Amino acid sequence: MKNPIENLNKVFDSRVRLGIMSALMVNEEVNFNELKELIGVTDGNLASHMKTLEENAYIKVQKGFIGRKTNTTYSITKAGEKAFKQHLEALEKMIRSLG
Amino acid sequence: MDTSSKPLDTLQDIKKMMERSSRFISLSGWSGVGAGVCALIGAWMAHEKLASFGGLDVESRYYSVNNLEYSLFLIALGVLAGALVLAFTFTYIRSKKTGVAIWGTSARRLLWNTFLPMAAGGVLILKMIDLNFYTLIAPTCLLFYGVALVNGSKYTLGEIRYLGYAQILLGMINCWLLHSGLILWTIGFGILHIVYGLVMWWKYERE
Repeated sequence: MKNPIENLNKVFDSRVRLGIMSALMVNEEVNFNELKELIGVTDGNLASHMKTLEENAYIKVQKGFIGRKTNTTYSITKAGEKAFKQHLEALEKMIRSLG
Repeated sequence: MDTSSKPLDTLQDIKKMMERSSRFISLSGWSGVGAGVCALIGAWMAHEKLASFGGLDVESRYYSVNNLEYSLFLIALGVLAGALVLAFTFTYIRSKKTGVAIWGTSARRLLWNTFLPMAAGGVLILKMIDLNFYTLIAPTCLLFYGVALVNGSKYTLGEIRYLGYAQILLGMINCWLLHSGLILWTIGFGILHIVYGLVMWWKYERE
């Protein structure tokens, strides 16, 4: 029998990363503070998850300034979109096989 | 955690996050009720002004027409200001309660997408006043406001779309019942707002 979780993406095996990807799927770009509020995690925690996603080339980082304050915004890459959709499909399949 | 419910939970998390991050969900039903009450008060004041103007003889009408125009304009501004202040206050209270930031990308998108059609309609209405072309003001208000709501519904709780459809419908009816402008305006901006606000409160905020 095929392993039902083989198509699940290990990178998305965390609620925080799932949250980040979900928010970026429906928004062109989201900045760090908005993500922090949406997901409800600390700076350090969010930053480390962002780094993992960035290393996998699933998200892009744009550093900018608003006045003197740094404003870092994130957006999803084509590869990220594809990977996330595959992950969703895998989840869907799992649910169907269970039902 | 029970393994069989995990993928379902994950999907629900994802859905929630997509909704929360792309829509402005703090819009309170009481904002609608507040705006509706302002509109009803304004409509009553306008009705009184028009009634007393209607009671004048022709010569006095001639001299007080500018006065009437001015007071109706002030009433309209008052209604708009009151409605905006109340809408903002109730939504602010709600966002404090739910712990969602009031100002973010979603709020900005909602405001831009509703204020743009309203500003376009506003310019048209100001020009109509300038040209003393009053008969189409009420339907223009209703039509543009309806379009603004339908346009904005993609960025907040989706039900506001139906309020928009209703305003557009009233605006179209008004185009053929030109002398019922004030009544239709009162139904659209007053009663429908209150009904919408109460329904939204019932659906999302009742505890």
